Order: sequence, then C-alpha cells, then structure tokens
Amino acid sequence: MLKIENLHASVDGTDILKGLNLTVEAGEVHAIMGPNGSGKSTLGHVLAGRPGYTVTAGSVQFLGQNLLELETEERARLGLFLAFQYPVEIPGVSNMEFLKAAVDAQREQRGEKPIDAVTFMKSARETCKTVDLDPAFLKRGVNEGFSGGEKKRNELLQMLLLQPRLGILDETDSGLDIDALQVVARGVNSMRGPERAFVMVTHYQRLLDFIEPDYVHVLAGGRIVRSGDKSLALELEARGYAWLEDEVA
Amino acid sequence: MMTDFMRQPLDSAAASAPPWLRDYLSAGRRRWEAGSLPTRKTEQWKYTGLQALQPSYTTASDGAIELVDAGVELPAYGGFRIVFINGHFSAQYSDSRLPEGVSLVRFADADETQAARIRSHLGTAVGQDEPLFTALNDAALADGVFLDVAPRAVVEQPLHVVWVSGNQADAFSINQRLLLLCGESSKVSLIEHFTGARSEQQSFTNGVTELLLEAGATLCHYRLNLEEAAALHIGRVHARLGADSTLNSFYLGLGSVLKRVDVVVDHCGQGAHSELNGIYLPRGDEHVDYHTCIEHRVPHCTSSETFRGIIGDSATAVFNGRIHIHRDAQKTRAELSNRNLLTSVQAEVNTKPELEIYADDVQCAHGATVAQLDEMSLHYLRSRGVARAEAQVMLSFGFINEVIDTVRCETLREFLRDLLSLRFARDSALVGNVA
Repeated sequence: MLKIENLHASVDGTDILKGLNLTVEAGEVHAIMGPNGSGKSTLGHVLAGRPGYTVTAGSVQFLGQNLLELETEERARLGLFLAFQYPVEIPGVSNMEFLKAAVDAQREQRGEKPIDAVTFMKSARETCKTVDLDPAFLKRGVNEGFSGGEKKRNELLQMLLLQPRLGILDETDSGLDIDALQVVARGVNSMRGPERAFVMVTHYQRLLDFIEPDYVHVLAGGRIVRSGDKSLALELEARGYAWLEDEVA
Repeated sequence: MMTDFMRQPLDSAAASAPPWLRDYLSAGRRRWEAGSLPTRKTEQWKYTGLQALQPSYTTASDGAIELVDAGVELPAYGGFRIVFINGHFSAQYSDSRLPEGVSLVRFADADETQAARIRSHLGTAVGQDEPLFTALNDAALADGVFLDVAPRAVVEQPLHVVWVSGNQADAFSINQRLLLLCGESSKVSLIEHFTGARSEQQSFTNGVTELLLEAGATLCHYRLNLEEAAALHIGRVHARLGADSTLNSFYLGLGSVLKRVDVVVDHCGQGAHSELNGIYLPRGDEHVDYHTCIEHRVPHCTSSETFRGIIGDSATAVFNGRIHIHRDAQKTRAELSNRNLLTSVQAEVNTKPELEIYADDVQCAHGATVAQLDEMSLHYLRSRGVARAEAQVMLSFGFINEVIDTVRCETLREFLRDLLSLRFARDSALVGNVA
C-alpha cells in the first residue's frame, strides 16, 4: 500500500529525513517511535504534502501511484489521512460545513453526488457519540476554542467519517487522559481491517497497550534504525532511546 | 464652477420642494456652491478619487418602473416596508400599515405640525462639520423620510426602507434623506437597503441618514449597499446617542465604481453604548471606502467596532476608523478592529486607525491587519480532500461569516448568509490568483 524508499526531506533548508525506508501493507498497523527531533512528525507532514516541507531525494508509492507528484487534496482523495498533532483552528468555517465538504470530496472522487445535508448531519451527530464529542461542536468554527482532547476527538471524527485507506496518527495520544486515549483506541480498532492500514507516530508505549501494532520502528537521525514487533516498544520503554542512538552512531 | 455638474437636479429640487423646506435648500445650495470638490490632497479623500463622477447629472425619472422588468428583487425580511425608486416614493411597492408606535411622514406630504417637528430635528445630528456632500444633500432635499418612534414604543418587526436605482437614458442623481427619531426608551430596528438593476447605468446616489436616540432608546440599524456596477454612492450616517441608549449597527458594502460611506456615532449622553460592525467586498475594479468616526463626549460610554473586508481582483478599499475621546469622557471603553483579506496580488486596501484621546482614564483597543488566506488553514482543508479553489472560498466566507453572526435581526441574518454564500460559491474571481 505504502512504499517509502530512501526518503530525504528538509524544512527551511535543514535536512530532517535522511534516507528513510518503510513499507506498509494493507491490514497492517505500524508504530513509529523515536526521540524528539528524530523526524517523526516530519514524515507525516511530508506524506500529507505540507507546504515548506521539501523532498530532496527518494520515492513514495501509495496504492501504486507516485505520491510525491500529487497535490495534498489528491492524496486525501486517494485515501491518505493525517490526524494532525496540532489541528488547525479555523474561525468562521463551521465544523459541519468542513466535514461535509471533506466527505463530498471523497464522494466526488468515486463519481458520486454530494451527500444530502440532512442525511449527513444525522450521521455526523451519531459519529460524534462514538468519539464522545458533544454534537454542539459541529456548529462551532473548525477546532475553534476546542481543548487539546476535543481537537484530537475531532480528528478521529473526521477519520471515521472519511474512512481512509491509510491513517497516519501524528502523536494523537499526546496530551490525552486515559479516557480519551481509550476513545481514540476504540475508534482506530473499529476501523482496522484487511483493506486498511495505520501508521501511528508516538512518543510513548502507552498508546500501544490499547492499539496493538504489528510492527514497531524506531526513527532516529532521520532514518529508521531498528524494526521489530511490539516487544521492541517494551524494550524502548524500559531502556529509553539512548542506547539505540549510540549503536547507530 | 466645479459643482456645476449638479445644476439641473438642484434647480429641479428647488422648484418642487415644499415651501417650508425652501430656505433649508437654499442654505444648502449656498454652501455647496461655495465649496470645491475634494481632491487626493484632501486628507479625508486621500485614497478615494472622484473621477467616476459624470460631467452632468439630471433628476431621476419619477420611478414608475416595474421592478421585475428591471431585474430587481425586493428583500423579504418581514415587517414594514417602504420603497423608493430613483428617489421617488413608490406606493405600489410599499406597505400601507405601520406598526403601532411608529409614524412615517414623507417631507413632501408633511402638514404644518409635522413640518415643524421635522425642521426642529433635521440636521441636528449631521450639522457639526458640514462636509460638502451633506450640503449637496440639503440643497437637493425635495423629499425625505421622517420616522418618528413614540417614547416607550417597542416595535418587534423591522422597518425597512428600500432605495432602488433603476434605468433611464441619462446619468441621473438620487437624493436620499432619512431622519429617524427614537423616543425615550423605545426599541426599534431599521434596515436601509440600497439596490439597483445591475447594469452600466450611470447613477449617483447622495444619501444622508440621521439617527436620533433619546434617553434609554435601543436601535438596531442596518445599512446594506448592494448596488453594483456603475452605481455611484456617497453616503453618510450620523447617529446621536442620548443617555443610556444603545445602537447596534451593521454595514454591508458590495462594491461598485465608487462607494463612499461615512459613519459618525456621537455618544452625547452618559451610559450610551454603540456597536458598529461591517463587511465590504469589492472585486473587479470596484472601490469601497468606509470612514467611521466614534465620538465620545461624555463619561461612561462604550463602543465596539469590527469591520472586515475581502478585496479581490484589482479592486481597492479604504477603511479609516477614528475614535475621538474628549477630555471629559472619563471611563470610556472603546474598541476597534479592522481586518482585511486580499485575494489577489493586484487588490489593494488602505486601512488606518486614528485615535485622538484627551481623557486619561479610558480603555481603548485598536487593531488593523491586512493578510492573505492563511496557508496552514488552507493546507488543513486540502488535507481532507477539499480542492484548493473550494478551500479558498470556504476560508474567505469564514472570514466574514463571523461578522454576519453579529446581526441581531434573524430574518436579515439569514438573508445575508444566503446572499453572501451564494456570492462566494459562484464567484470564481474571488478564489483565483492567491499569491
């Protein structure tokens, strides 16, 4: 589904990713861990096509297409979804309008007509319950004045409505209390299936207690330096990252 | 003489004005003819030129046109409606039954008592600085509207006055004048709606509205300038606020060849409060200019002002927001915010807050910004599959949507939301070319 080869990327002239390789097949859940500044969030942003993030070498194939040649919205329409670590607040644009525009974009991609507003509002309100978000948030500006936890739930709400092929969760667990973490985990677990894959970028092992990964990778110095199964996460939890960084160096 | 281009309409007004107004007209005409048109060297007109004024104007025809034929749709806000076409009252399109507590007198129809009442109030709000175009309005004052709201009257339904500019062979002028007196502790809403057939018809509307709020009165005042294309509008609103009165107002300016609106809110009685909000949306090669002036003369008044503009294509806009806090106006709280969004590299805005504060115990906050669409917001929408062009429209609309929310009259708020979302959805000019 996703094949990243020798990916190099820079931000403001600083090289962040330095030869990253990663292959994700449908049905798999991958966790990417690593110390601060190792390039974890950069990977998500590069895959989503964020302005200011420049790919200097390497290739990314997504569902058989050259991802790096596609516009941000084309990537999303193909089924790539990045849950932002810091979702953007957009006052004046109602959350409901935003969600419907996003769903309609997916439908357009499949050659379907825009969803009828009443049907959509009903389904959005129901999905709110799943993520434990007050439906009143649908009428507010996008993420406007939402708490950290509410923003993360709003990201999850979008993912549930859009049903992407590949979900990239960028530190979705950071700043969440245990109840909110379980809500997120339930949402992701409910979406797991043979057609779909997840890449979870996280700093802590805690999330992996709730969403069990098939593979765990350690990102350090802009490359994946170690891959293993979930036991690697436990080892990292016990020993920290320093020993790996030492090994690589 | 520079002011000759209005000779015919002024002669015609002088001939048709009711006798009790004639000295008022001649006084206006003397001031008009003694003046000279502002130029770019006139501080108040630095960014707005008057080149669009035609070499001569005639009086508008009597306005007996079918609005449907002219492609003009009258707004349906509910409430009482009075319609003027080309400056002339239209019985055909106006409602005849007024709500309780409100009397409406056209200057042309006033009896002796009414005339005396009009004369005692006319010009009392606008009189202080006498800009040239107010003199012109006085000089052409053959007719006008006097709305008199009785003390303690609570009028639920909005009053709306619609000014339509139609078509005729020559460039024509319309003189619009409205005087509203809100009696003590009354509550009322007034919508002024300017519209016209979208055409290359040359017209020049000179409008003056005076709002007099007596003690404890509450007024919601909305002024929508929806005329487009070659319809030129120079207008002025003066509000005088008595003690503990409240003015809640909203302005909308769609662009045209030239649209200049001056607003003066004069806090004259202690405890008065005003809220002034507005949106302007010039595109193509249109020009919109709002000059607002908030006068705080007495202590314990508050004012809050928010204007936002979206300027597209090669359009230009001007916003000048003055706050003047006089020496005695202690404990004043005044806020002013002006934000502008440029959706094209050729678009231009000149914004200037102007503070003059002579009291020492006041709170005054102001800010003015000019920006393009936020790159991260755009990226966020696109990362959910929303195409760039649509995301740009959503963000532009979102920028003004917040201001629409400040409109208290629900039917009007819905009207505005429909009007503006339609405008944004279909207007490719606004979404293109974001640098």
